[in-house]
Formats: sequence, structure tokens, C-alpha cells
Amino acid sequence: MTYAAPGAPPAGLAELPDGPVAASGRLLNRIGTLCWVEMRKIRHDRTELYTRAIQPALWLLIYGEVFTRVHAIPTPEGIPYLAYLAPGIMAQSALFIAIFYGIQIIWERDAGVLTKLMVTPTPRSALITGKAFASSVRSLVQGVVVVIIAILLGVTFTDNPLKLIAAAIVLALGSAFFSCLSMSIAGVVVARDRLMGIGQAITMPLFFSSSALYPAAIMPGWLQVISKVNPLSYEVEALRGLLIGTATTLWLDVTVLVGATIAAITCAALLLPPSAAFPPNKVMRS
Amino acid sequence: MTVTQAIDRVVTQAVECVDLSYQFGAQLAVDHVNLSIAPGEMYGLLGPNGAGKTTTIRMITTLLKPGTGSVRVFGLDAAARPMLVRRAIGYVPQALSADANLTGVENVELFARLFDVPRRERRQRVTDALDAMGLTEAAGRLAGTYSGGMIRRLELAQSLISAPRLLVLDEPTVGLDPIARGVVWEYIAMLRADHQMTVLMTTHYMDEADAYCDRISLMHRGRIRITGTPAELRAGLGDEATLDDVFRHYTGDTLDKAPEEGGIRDVRRARRTARRLG
Repeated sequence: MTYAAPGAPPAGLAELPDGPVAASGRLLNRIGTLCWVEMRKIRHDRTELYTRAIQPALWLLIYGEVFTRVHAIPTPEGIPYLAYLAPGIMAQSALFIAIFYGIQIIWERDAGVLTKLMVTPTPRSALITGKAFASSVRSLVQGVVVVIIAILLGVTFTDNPLKLIAAAIVLALGSAFFSCLSMSIAGVVVARDRLMGIGQAITMPLFFSSSALYPAAIMPGWLQVISKVNPLSYEVEALRGLLIGTATTLWLDVTVLVGATIAAITCAALLLPPSAAFPPNKVMRS
Repeated sequence: MTVTQAIDRVVTQAVECVDLSYQFGAQLAVDHVNLSIAPGEMYGLLGPNGAGKTTTIRMITTLLKPGTGSVRVFGLDAAARPMLVRRAIGYVPQALSADANLTGVENVELFARLFDVPRRERRQRVTDALDAMGLTEAAGRLAGTYSGGMIRRLELAQSLISAPRLLVLDEPTVGLDPIARGVVWEYIAMLRADHQMTVLMTTHYMDEADAYCDRISLMHRGRIRITGTPAELRAGLGDEATLDDVFRHYTGDTLDKAPEEGGIRDVRRARRTARRLG
């Protein structure tokens, strides 16, 4: 046994580069790894991708067609209601996927998978970001489904590839934000059924207080205030601006989404500890 | 002991817990625990459910910051340098924790990536690890299709991919049938012989502790009641004593009472694992 200097890292660890550059490089590497793992999981089980496509299809086919007929909702610049609605449904189906993502964190915590990952040299924010990425990928698949259905129903979207890419980024950001919101709640409630309940309770208010179905201008004053602080509104407005060319302040929408997403990742990473910090007998509440 | 000797001792211990305590609300889960594990040693932490074993392990593996006292792993302070300590540790938690939605290969490759195994070595090392655990044929299947014993071996493959210097096993054979238990122990013994790893484990099975551990600490209500080799502990109670007798002697009748901290939870967890793995 060779004697190391007091406090020196064990042999084999000493050569690891230290410092902020190496640390941020490793963080990106970890995020990449966890995104890779989520992609593998999606590839192994694609049924959810297909069944998820049913709901947005119904919104467009039934709700969209009916409300287009009655001309009940004043759309800006007189665009057809179905075209106005499609980006809203895109954001909504992304929200519905993301808002239950915290269940995965609780599931993995209960199964011990998360605990084991937390004993690897991986920052918690990387674990959260990996999940957020997976939620974004699923949402993008949904987005493509919505675009296809809407085109079949006669909606024309932009054919500018840069705008399409920007719209994909906006949709991914929105989904990342709401999945991190869900994972933050998961860190507090630590039980699947409670998270289900809270998820159910907040999705509809988020949806109806956004401009997904109708312009904020026709909302009562108090609802307009809520709409202004609802990130879903910014996501919808950005998607609409990019895909069908309605007027919006894109930089504001994107700034709000980026800021909200970073805040939510930080929040979810800070709230992750309950997996380990609670005594075993208190952790198992579900 | 001189100061230099004392420093050398601290640094050369694989694990050194000094005055380690942890409080959950009113309950002192770990109560001034002192323990040191020499490099290469197979060390068993035994005790009834709720004795504080898992909490102690969580502090050693950096999952919990010590309430008071300190933990050093190969001389590194677990609270101050958690990322470096984690690099030295392979950890297999109590629940069967391989990811059921990934194949055997993917489960191991994930850990290879998280421990920065260089890309050019990765594939080979993943294959070798699975091979060493006898999982070559099942490697391409989803872990959800594995039996309990296979999952435990998969977890060992995951934890050894980083060539850890300290392997921490929290009840490695709980919920396995006797044959699977035997197989898992064979693999652990083989790993230890091949890699000169230090092993820290908890178990409820006294026969396993007797057969495989170099030294044992008996824990009860947060405190370490006695430490020694299995032979020393048995000898302390007379010629005919078994480790079960030692266990009963130091933990009283708590084994029969099935304290609420453990019993129900273990059953639930086992059921949940069974459900998850289909």
C-alpha cells in the first residue's frame, strides 16, 4: 500500500481535469448521455407516441371544425380559425405530455434507479435536463402530427425552413419548461397519485388561461392578467408567429421561454433531493 | 499514535466514519457511529430493519450530508468532494434498480458513459462486464424481462464498469431465491479477487455474513453495538454460538417485533419491483 498525501484523491482520480471549463464540459457530456438514454427508451416503446396522437387529432377535427363553422372567435387579420387553432393545439398537446413527466422521476426514485444515478459523478441538473429533453422529443413528434392533420384539413403553414426550425425550438422549450415544472412538483409531493391529481388540476387552468384557443383580447380583464404570466401564452404566440405569420414580439416570447426553462431546471434540480434526504420510512408514501 | 501515524491511518482507510450522526425529526437514525474499513476488506454492516444501516450507507455514498461527524472515502471528505468520492464508489441499492426500459447492454453503457469510460474502450468494457456476470446471451434483451438474480448481476456489471475501489452493496441478495443468492455471492467473491476491491455490504442473512465478511459491525437503534470478525463475535458468546445468536444477543427481541420502520415497507417495495419488472 503506497501512502498518499493527506486529502489527495485516490490514484486514478488525480488526473481528472478540474476547474470550471472541465466541469461545464462534463455537465454537457452528462446531459448528452442522459438524452441518449431517453432516446433509447423512446425507441424501445413507441406505443405512447401513437396513442398520444389521438387527442390533438380530436381537438382539430371536432372542436376546430365546429368552431370554424360558427365563426364565434374573432381571429387576428381574419385568418381561418383552424389555422389560428393549430399552433395552440400543438402547444397544448406538448403541455399534456410534459405536465406528467414528474411521475417518471417519482417512478425511478421508487425503483432505486434515480438513487443509483445520484451516486454517479453526475450533477442533478443533468438528470433533470435529460428528462426535459425526452419530453421535448415526444412533444416534437406531437407537433409533427398536428402539422400533418392541419395540412390535411386545409391549413397552410410557412414553408420557410428557418421558421420551422425556430418553431421546433420553441415547442421543445415549452415542453422542457412544463416537464421541469412537473418534476419540481414531484420533488415536493413525492407520490405518484398526488402528482396525477395536481397535474390534472393545473393543466386545464394553464390551457384555458393561455391564448391557445382564443385571443387574449377577448378574455375578461382578470384572465388577461393571468394569461400574461402564463408561459403557455408566450409559447403559443411564438408558434403562431412563426408558423402562420400572426404579429407577435418573438424576442419577448423566446426570452420568457428560455428564462422560464432555466429557472425551472434549476428549481427541479434543487427539489430532487427528497429521493435520498427523507428517512426510508417516510419516503415510501405512495 | 503520533500525528503522522494518525494521518496515515485516516488516508489509508478505505472508509473512515468519525462520530457520524444523522437525525430525522425526533429520531436519531445514526448515533455517533465510528467505523473504519481497511482497503481490500469485505465489511458487513448488520442489524434489524430501522437500525440505521441504510442511512449510514447513504452518508458514505454522498446521498446524504452527514448530520454531525465526518465520512472519508480513501481520505476524501464525502461532504466536501462528493463528485470525487462518487468516482471511487460502485453502488448497488437495496431495490432491484436496473432500468427495465433499457437492454442489458444499454444499462451498462449508461454507467460507462456517466463514469467517463473513454469512447474507444467503452464497447469492449461493456461486453467484458456483461460477460463476467454471465449475461452475454441476455445482453440485448430489455432488463424488464430479466429474473431477479439476473438483474442483480446486471447491477453488479453496472457498478464494476467504472472499476470502483469501493463497492457498496445494500442487501445484495434480498428477495432472491437460494440458488440466485449463491450465484450472486460467487460473482461478488470473483470480483473481489480480481480487482482487490473493498466491499461494504449490509445483509439480513447471518449465514452470508458469516461466510463472506472479513469483519462485521452489528448495528442497533443507530449505534454500533459490536465489531469484529465473525469468529470473534461467535467466540464472545461461547463455543456453540452462531451469528444468529450474536445478532439476538445484541439486538434483543426486535427481530420478532417487526418494527414499523421496515417490515411493511420492504414488502411494498418488493411488490412494486415485481410489478415494475412485469
